[in-house]
Amino acid sequence: MMLSEQIIPLFVVIPLAGAFLISLLGKKVKLLPDMLGVLAGLILCILSILSVRLYNASGALTYSVGAWRSPIGIEMVLDGLSVFMLVTVNLVAFCIALYAVNYMEKFTAKWKFYTLFLLMLAGMNGVVITGDMFNLFVFLEIAAVASYALVAFGTERQELEAAFKYAVMGTVGSSFILLGIVMLYSYTSTLNMADMNSVLLQKGAGSLILFVSVLFLMGFGLKAALVPFHAWLPDAHPSAPAPISAMLSGVLIKALGVYALARIFYNVLGVSEQLSSILLFLGTLSMVVGGILALGQWDFKRLLAYSSISQVGYIILGLGLGTPLGILGALFHLFNHSVFKSLLFLNSGAVEYATDTRDLRKMGGLSQKMPLTSTTNFLASMSIAGIPPFSGFWSKLLIIVAACRAEKFGYAFWAVLVSILTLAMYLKVIKFAFLGSLKDSLTRVKEVPLFMKLSMAMLALICLVGGVLLLPNLYGAFLQKASQILLLGAEYGAIFIKG
Amino acid sequence: MIYLLCLVLFSLGVYCVLRKRNIIKIIVGIIIIEYAVNLFFILVAYREKGRAPILSSQTPILNMVDPLPQALVLTAIVIGLATTALLAAIAMRIYEKYGTFDITKIRELRG
Repeated sequence: MMLSEQIIPLFVVIPLAGAFLISLLGKKVKLLPDMLGVLAGLILCILSILSVRLYNASGALTYSVGAWRSPIGIEMVLDGLSVFMLVTVNLVAFCIALYAVNYMEKFTAKWKFYTLFLLMLAGMNGVVITGDMFNLFVFLEIAAVASYALVAFGTERQELEAAFKYAVMGTVGSSFILLGIVMLYSYTSTLNMADMNSVLLQKGAGSLILFVSVLFLMGFGLKAALVPFHAWLPDAHPSAPAPISAMLSGVLIKALGVYALARIFYNVLGVSEQLSSILLFLGTLSMVVGGILALGQWDFKRLLAYSSISQVGYIILGLGLGTPLGILGALFHLFNHSVFKSLLFLNSGAVEYATDTRDLRKMGGLSQKMPLTSTTNFLASMSIAGIPPFSGFWSKLLIIVAACRAEKFGYAFWAVLVSILTLAMYLKVIKFAFLGSLKDSLTRVKEVPLFMKLSMAMLALICLVGGVLLLPNLYGAFLQKASQILLLGAEYGAIFIKG
Repeated sequence: MIYLLCLVLFSLGVYCVLRKRNIIKIIVGIIIIEYAVNLFFILVAYREKGRAPILSSQTPILNMVDPLPQALVLTAIVIGLATTALLAAIAMRIYEKYGTFDITKIRELRG
């Protein structure tokens, strides 16, 4: 197969075509939604891994949509950071599509689920590869609208309430983002990110940029569920079906929130001293508040949702440090968190599938009946709590070391403290759900079907060996390239205008 | 001056979302916010005594309105339509389940 910039639009086209075909034919052909959903996930996963090689061979690539030249037309960019995000998103999406084959049996309209799932995937891939501000907004809304509908998928009382709350807050957040984009356009008369960056460098940043930064911080902060804007997340994530909770917590808040925030602040607007201290503060606040609230939860999925807020805090903290090591740690933690948090949500889904409850107090002794679920859950929990040699340990270590090197000892202290809180909350899950004596009501529980096992085992394997990404060979090809793009900062525009 | 009007409209929408208890009124608030942003976008592109940006061989183009935001606003309106339709659908389902539009009575999720 020929590898060139022609593969870039495929990341959006394949899921969109899949969604179209499923909505057209899925009702009549019984097996089609499953097959197409998994197949699209698999192809995208392979393509994203191929794109790592492609990027290493030929450097950053751009694709001009409709062959309009770059500052005028819409541009799609494949650089280190977007390659990194593509791998993260598509790897997790593939595992989740596989899981959903069995899990979604208990819902009626499976084809609707796959249609929305693929639409959401198309939106996320689009956000990651686009090089155009307005295009970013459009893809962001595609992913967001699909996710509002998916949260309401069960159409029960709680799902609807959560979906309404999420949709209202999400739409207001998107409006802030659009307002920011409009103001940037009126200031720079361009929408291309690289072009905008160089125009801003020439014109100098006025007070308008400060205002725009605040608008973006509100908008994307809401999508990333940073603490003052987090209220929708603990409702929306537990209410969705388990594969979607995994998708939302695992990749959606990162692709829409963290990635867009990093891309715009680092590569377009440029990071100022105030901004990075705001990021540091918000990150630490999310970390601590999310951690403390998670500890008091008895609903399995709600606990995981609060823990997501806390872990996104780590990522934002790393980004806010702005040192090479900090950004590297943040991106590595982003990858690890997508893997182990989606695995944990899939575990909670498996437990719910087998026992019909999410209340930790009604569980107990499940490790005897569901060995694979409890083993994978144990691996993911140890990884998220930062126990060596699992992947989560390395990324947290990098962030904490980076904070110490930058002489921000206070933040490093909080990061260590929250790590202990995380360990405590996952020990609680393990103790109440999986260890102890089997409850009488649970004696007829069975292990989950094959595809669910398979996808959980795959994710657990990545958790276990995730640390190898830091080995020199892989590190140079994957993580380092991604953090280099963010570190380019002001030079970003200059590089892409030439090409 | 006219930008100020946009700001007033935007603030009205935000107020409506934050203060109103009725779900339908919240949705109306969101629509107002979207329209305020769209209006602002169009106004940004406006030039004093500008003409429509149509290429013709007879008249030279001197002072034209920026056409790009008009195309973008169309997209933004369509996105707004999708969001509003989805919100309205969810609101209908909520009314079926709870029998009320009052958000203070729809509070099962907390903590």
